[in-house]
Amino acid sequence: MKYIDEFRDGELARRLASAIAREARPERSYNLMEFCGGHTHAISRYGLKDLLPANVNMIHGPGCPVCVLPVGRIDNAIALAARPGLILCTYADTMRVPASKGTSLLKAKARGADIRMIYSSADAIRIAQENPDRDVVFFAIGFETTTPPTAVAITQAMALGLANFSVFCNHVLTPAAISNILESKDVRALGTVPLDGFIGPAHVSTVIGSQPYEYFAEEYQRPVVIAGFEPLDVMQAILMLVRQLNDGRAEVENEFTRAVTRDGNAKAKALVAEVFELRRSFEWRGLGEVPYSALRIKEKYGDFDAEARYGITYRSVPDNKACECGAILRGVKKPTDCKVFGTVCTPENPIGSCMVSSEGACAAHYAYGRFKDVAMVAGTPAPATAPFA
Amino acid sequence: MSAVRSGYVRPVDFKHGHVDMTHGGGGRAMAQLIDELFVRAFDNEWLRQANDQAAFRVGAGRMVMATDSHVVSPLFFPGGDIGCLCVHGTINDVAMSGATPLYLAAGFILEEGFPLADLKRIVESMAAAARDAHVPVITGDTKVVEKGKGDGVFITTTGVGVIPAGIDISGDRARPGDRILVSGTMGDHGVAIMSLRENLTFDTTIRSDTAALHDLVAAMIAAVPGIHCLRDPTRGGLATTLNELAHQSGCGMVIGEKHIPVNGQVQAACEFLGLDPLYVANEGKLVAICAAEDADRLLAAMRGHPLGKDAAIIGDVIPDSHQFVQMDTSFGGRRVVDWLTGEQLPRIC
Repeated sequence: MKYIDEFRDGELARRLASAIAREARPERSYNLMEFCGGHTHAISRYGLKDLLPANVNMIHGPGCPVCVLPVGRIDNAIALAARPGLILCTYADTMRVPASKGTSLLKAKARGADIRMIYSSADAIRIAQENPDRDVVFFAIGFETTTPPTAVAITQAMALGLANFSVFCNHVLTPAAISNILESKDVRALGTVPLDGFIGPAHVSTVIGSQPYEYFAEEYQRPVVIAGFEPLDVMQAILMLVRQLNDGRAEVENEFTRAVTRDGNAKAKALVAEVFELRRSFEWRGLGEVPYSALRIKEKYGDFDAEARYGITYRSVPDNKACECGAILRGVKKPTDCKVFGTVCTPENPIGSCMVSSEGACAAHYAYGRFKDVAMVAGTPAPATAPFA
Repeated sequence: MSAVRSGYVRPVDFKHGHVDMTHGGGGRAMAQLIDELFVRAFDNEWLRQANDQAAFRVGAGRMVMATDSHVVSPLFFPGGDIGCLCVHGTINDVAMSGATPLYLAAGFILEEGFPLADLKRIVESMAAAARDAHVPVITGDTKVVEKGKGDGVFITTTGVGVIPAGIDISGDRARPGDRILVSGTMGDHGVAIMSLRENLTFDTTIRSDTAALHDLVAAMIAAVPGIHCLRDPTRGGLATTLNELAHQSGCGMVIGEKHIPVNGQVQAACEFLGLDPLYVANEGKLVAICAAEDADRLLAAMRGHPLGKDAAIIGDVIPDSHQFVQMDTSFGGRRVVDWLTGEQLPRIC
């Protein structure tokens, strides 16, 4: 398929792989964090690790919007959905994220809550228009990529005078999360997470541009290469990072020039600034409370803020004790370091959020890569369903 | 004296009428609907006897029985509708044992208020599909539920067939060294349905591949009587079917991404929607597994049939106690092709 096959060309991949193997110096290691779940997914799905030399290590970052949503926020959404007559609209992956006491939005839906899976914030507006006598809440999650569409929905709702519509805003910010990782004791004091460079976000960067990463590269002396989500993008970015590290450079480079500029999408940024403002602090699954890392709806659009309208109060809830999602999201552990990976915790019965979204490190490894560590998952065949198919 | 003929019954209004509770009530209205719609459309000697069951003779051999409920939404889609789908689906389930499908039974659950014109269209599509396949619908049942308790129409079909002597096809018969074939492009039915869903609507010329596959199966058996496994990759797509077969047979599989036929439009739609065509449903395709030495002959037989013209050999069965289905990607890596997790798209068939 045009514009897709070009970025998945096996021959080019082999050429890039041999360039990486040639240029990576055997006396050192290259520990690269791919921030985004989209990259994690591509690395697992296309088996990129098979193409990399042993001293180039990929560390999964926290950039999966579903994974970083803490239990307490899902509990809030379930409580909202339980209100009589209320329709909760949400993106599909969020449905299966485990909440307190073994619940999830999917289970709440089965018990009778009116929860609708939507593909776009525009669907939530349409549902509100079609149900004027019912409250409709959009459970908004995600990084800078999904934030502008939420801003559009709020401004549209205001223009339409859509009084039954509101947004439960959980939008989070990429740069704040990267700072948090670089400032963490694992990276700084203990050095337990060797982090030599970053593959920077693809879609997020189309909105915010490459400029916001310049601070990290300079301040923490870590190179950043912004890359697209196709497998060749990732391979090219790895080669660029290896070259920077070999040269002793720590710059922001842009591999994804077909979509990302230095300044990003000015119109989207302006719209986000119009509707949202920084929260003083926000809890992330795995990272804990991170200052100035999330957005809330401005006073001017307060009528459409579900937190104010329904008096939502946030209560922090710890993850399941056996779950290592927190450490995995910080890059301290790998999915296979978790005792419950592939045994108690599977995509069908996720214990932690990393096993939910296809962008989650555990789900990606379980779905695409676990045949390489079969000892971990032996004896867990899926049920035979054929007779009823 | 009245001008009305004695015994006159006003015909069912198939133009403007709707299903109401009396159509399932067991009384005259139900009898009339059965007579004017179902018996007329499916017309055969068994239905004309007006019994609550159909009696038929069968020859010697192993009998096969399969049942399938259909709740597809929307009811009408490019390339078909719930009517032909429910005939094809059950014929295929019977045929995947290598059997010759003989008879069908059909159960209808109708929702009060459903337009009779739509019901007529569906039943006539069913009848045409059954006629084309030479598999008559010989008994059936109709129930009506209150408005809001159903979604238009749900249809359950049951089929019986007889397996020719000497044929032993079963999902547990794949052996290391066997080859894996598919009869054509993957994912057409699912994408055709998806293109119509209210919150996804997109333009495509993709049509559902819904088709009865027993004739193709007969041609395949004639060429290679020793086929090991046959299965139609419906819900969960090719990936799920291969996992089922690997699990049943206790072996692993390796397939090659570049060998799997996928229509360009299906590929594009899947990219756009974030789906994998290997998990998208088919309704007129099959997966076959046979001994390596039979594979070329089986492929030729499939390609010689209109429903198998795009058939391809896509991989091999390997020894693997973990029963993984693996795929060599076009990109050059190898990965697991896992069971479908969750639900890709509800009510696809």
